[in-house]
Amino acid sequence: MSEPARATPATRAEVCAVACAEAWRDDGEILASPFGVIPTIGARLARATFEPDLLLSDGEAGLVAGCWPVGDPAPGPVEGWAPFRSVFDIAWAGKRHIMMSPSQIDRFGNMNISAIGDFARPTRQLIGMRGAPGNTICHPTSYWVARHSTRTFVPRVDVVCGVGYDSAAAAGPAASRFHALRRVVTNLAVLDFAAPGHTMRLVSVHPGVRVSEVVASTGFELVIDGEVAQTPLPGPDELRLIREVIDPHLARYREVPQEHE
Amino acid sequence: MADKRMTEDEVVARLQPGMTIGIGGWGSRRKPMSLVRAIARSGLRDLTIACYGGPDVGLLCAAGKVRRLIYAFVSLDSIPLEPHFQAARQSGAVEVTEYDEGMLQWALYAASLRLPFLPTRAGLGSDVMRLNPQLRTVTSPYADAEELLAVPALALDAALIHLNRADMAGNAQFLGPDLYFDDLFAAAAERTYLSCERVVPTEELAAAGGVSSLRIHRWMVDGVVEASHGAHFTSCAPDYARDEEFQRAYVSAAKDPQAWQEFAATYLSGTESDYQAAVAGRRAVAGATT
Repeated sequence: MSEPARATPATRAEVCAVACAEAWRDDGEILASPFGVIPTIGARLARATFEPDLLLSDGEAGLVAGCWPVGDPAPGPVEGWAPFRSVFDIAWAGKRHIMMSPSQIDRFGNMNISAIGDFARPTRQLIGMRGAPGNTICHPTSYWVARHSTRTFVPRVDVVCGVGYDSAAAAGPAASRFHALRRVVTNLAVLDFAAPGHTMRLVSVHPGVRVSEVVASTGFELVIDGEVAQTPLPGPDELRLIREVIDPHLARYREVPQEHE
Repeated sequence: MADKRMTEDEVVARLQPGMTIGIGGWGSRRKPMSLVRAIARSGLRDLTIACYGGPDVGLLCAAGKVRRLIYAFVSLDSIPLEPHFQAARQSGAVEVTEYDEGMLQWALYAASLRLPFLPTRAGLGSDVMRLNPQLRTVTSPYADAEELLAVPALALDAALIHLNRADMAGNAQFLGPDLYFDDLFAAAAERTYLSCERVVPTEELAAAGGVSSLRIHRWMVDGVVEASHGAHFTSCAPDYARDEEFQRAYVSAAKDPQAWQEFAATYLSGTESDYQAAVAGRRAVAGATT
């Protein structure tokens, strides 16, 4: 291991990347589909360490082996051709775990990337539903929020794109059958839906973050079950992979800026 | 084999106001932009546009050609949000049918197979159902009795797609990484008009990319337009990448009415060859100053 990697303690962005990687633990031989820089680092880190059988896309139509820097073209080798149509097939077959970035999310995990305000005439039009309705109903889904705030963590989302536990239950057995929201990673904390009634629970806070800070940044009541753990720090091998192999260009600080003491 | 070659304006002459038109490609990738620009400067109006949206949606909204959009997203890929689409939505200028990506595929596929609908889970439990109250569910007639979403067929009056190569009869080839859903748009449409980078003799097609790249067949195609750089400023791999610099200029112009007027006067007021000449001129200036 190189000296600089050993010398500097883990940054918040690196803690977040490891917390994202954990989303894919025990997933085995499925397609990991990360959206955003930190989730992308996390997925590649998961495959490079504890989930070696994960499949990853090159961002176009190639499934590629190996591990390569964020922002660089994938050197391959290409192990499969997966154009968008195949990715839809993989999604509906359930052989995928996606990590998406909601603009709004509520306590049941309903999420919005479509429009803010009244859908008929939104105050702010966003990208659209994309594949969020089908993804959430067909295979495991996790979420990444780079700025944990009451703007994103809202009592009710304006448009349900990704389906939350209450909406899936209301839509009947065909909607719930393969529905699974796994974890939410933010710049402050890790959350999940393991509380009774599948509402959002605070699992851990990142080093240096107070529970009260997470509570104040969340627009609904979080389930807090006794003492809240601290999110694990990256190990030396994880830090080396992030710094030297997966993100040597420091893209991670575009999403989670470095703290200044 | 019939010679189906024609110009962009001859394609537009075959379209009617109020038509439902599907546009191939994906986001800001391999869009039939020369055909889109021809529609933008035509007298067509009240169109229903179905697509995996990119700057095709933006240009047609900016030109006031769209009554309804059917889409799952509208994005410029390297720039996530499309400013003209946002403006059209935020001013209430267009009606919309917003679907899940897979639902749009299913709608086209159902139309191409002459089925009334195809079942799926995608959309269940989401606001796709609330925002599109015409959607219905269907119960499996088998022992599982699952209640699924019945995505209605989306029959197109016309489809517009852009491929890398084609012969004059409309056999066409994609040489990039992804066909996207161009074959489904073509098969779901009453008439399909295809533009391509180059029209070549049929015998050159298989040699260039192998038979698996020949997914658009002449029975699907009614018109062939040779349009070098016809997908500009979207990508058309491997012939050319997205013109990121031009796309940034498009986006910044779109955010300001005055700047947009100037942009439209420079690039969109003339013919397609005027457009390509203006783009080439812009590159020459950029090259001279760097």
